Amino acid sequence: MKGGLTRQEVAKRAAQELRGGMYVNLGMGIPTLVTRCVPAGLTVFLQSEHGILGLGPPPPPGGEDPDFVDASRMPVTVIPGASLFSSAESFAMIRGRHLDMTILGAYQVSARGDLANWMIPERGVGSIGGAMDLVYGARRVVVTMEHVTKDGKPRVVERCSYPLTGRECVDLIVTDLAVIEVGSDGLVLKEVAPGVTPQEVQAETGAKLTVSPELREIRV
Amino acid sequence: MVNKCYPSADAAVRDIGDGATIMFGGFGFCGIPERLIDALARRGVKNLTGMSNNCGLGGRGVDILVRNRQIRKMVATFPAQREPTPFEEQYLAGQVELELVPQGTFAERIRAGGAGVGGFYTRTGVGTPLAEGKERRVIAGVEYVLELPLRADFALIHAYRGDRYGNLIYRGTARNFGPEMATAADVTIAEVEELVEVGELNPEAVITPGIYVDRIVAVGKAS
Repeated sequence: MKGGLTRQEVAKRAAQELRGGMYVNLGMGIPTLVTRCVPAGLTVFLQSEHGILGLGPPPPPGGEDPDFVDASRMPVTVIPGASLFSSAESFAMIRGRHLDMTILGAYQVSARGDLANWMIPERGVGSIGGAMDLVYGARRVVVTMEHVTKDGKPRVVERCSYPLTGRECVDLIVTDLAVIEVGSDGLVLKEVAPGVTPQEVQAETGAKLTVSPELREIRV
Repeated sequence: MVNKCYPSADAAVRDIGDGATIMFGGFGFCGIPERLIDALARRGVKNLTGMSNNCGLGGRGVDILVRNRQIRKMVATFPAQREPTPFEEQYLAGQVELELVPQGTFAERIRAGGAGVGGFYTRTGVGTPLAEGKERRVIAGVEYVLELPLRADFALIHAYRGDRYGNLIYRGTARNFGPEMATAADVTIAEVEELVEVGELNPEAVITPGIYVDRIVAVGKAS
């Protein structure tokens, strides 16, 4: 199947979930790109789990400061009105359900919203970072990912075969093909990428999708 | 006169012996106690248990100790990087042990260790392989797992400025685990970029009160 969104467009669609005044944590991968997609004029406080509230854009070349990095270890700035704190404080903020939303990458999401994003079993070792705290701590969990693996296997599945990050924690899935809501009765297909049909999305998905009566095309 | 200053990083780590358990501050390359770790590498002590967010990368920080085969076990949250590291190779070859911990649980276990808290219940990890073997408890309808405190023989941390009483302030995201680790070791050793006179640090702005710091060594600005 051709068509589908680019990574940047997936990030742009995820950014449409942001509302003014929200406190949001962005994970590694596609979520990092969301920083550049915050609509102009919208004040959103981006949290970074190693101790920033008020993450800003990357510095101009030559303006890098090794003491200011994001969760992916890339140079960042902080916005006016930002605050800095220690890891325990940061995760008290996360675990204590103070964040409105987190946007995370994933390997797999199940029909009931289980998330697997820290370990590919074949590699024999994985990295968790803050993901396990974020999935239960943030009030809303949005996942961005490619709809299928490099060799064409579905990432949205009936049951995750990879080790879980959290159980029944995902609220919304944004992929290059679709926007899928995790409802109490399973997965609801809300939006499809331009030129992609619901049947095509279902064919690339390992769990049953219910097509929303308000199904529409993704607009980015 | 109270003076916790040591003349060099080598002098500050002189009594760290084989088999010691050591917390290392830092997140990636940010805020790692590089000069203290370099001194530990020169000492050549072995069979160390390290506690650190990462397991070292890029030939800096804990990576040096891993490459020297001074590490027996790591307690960490993010050991695997995009590309395989020496730690990952040694782990897959069965040469080092790993206790993998979610980052917030890692921070809170250290906080508990320093605050005299015997453990805590958290949702983090529930329903995942990391909950296996841990005590489960349902409180007000929510499932939690019991996590136990972490303590170490030594904590090695990096701070921006400090005084000879051991008061510290940090800079940017280099703060990360420093404030918690400082509280959770028998001996806390801080390297600081700048040593200032007692009274120069605004008491309102001190992040780590000197009571937690046993040794301080001025190392200058990192290159």
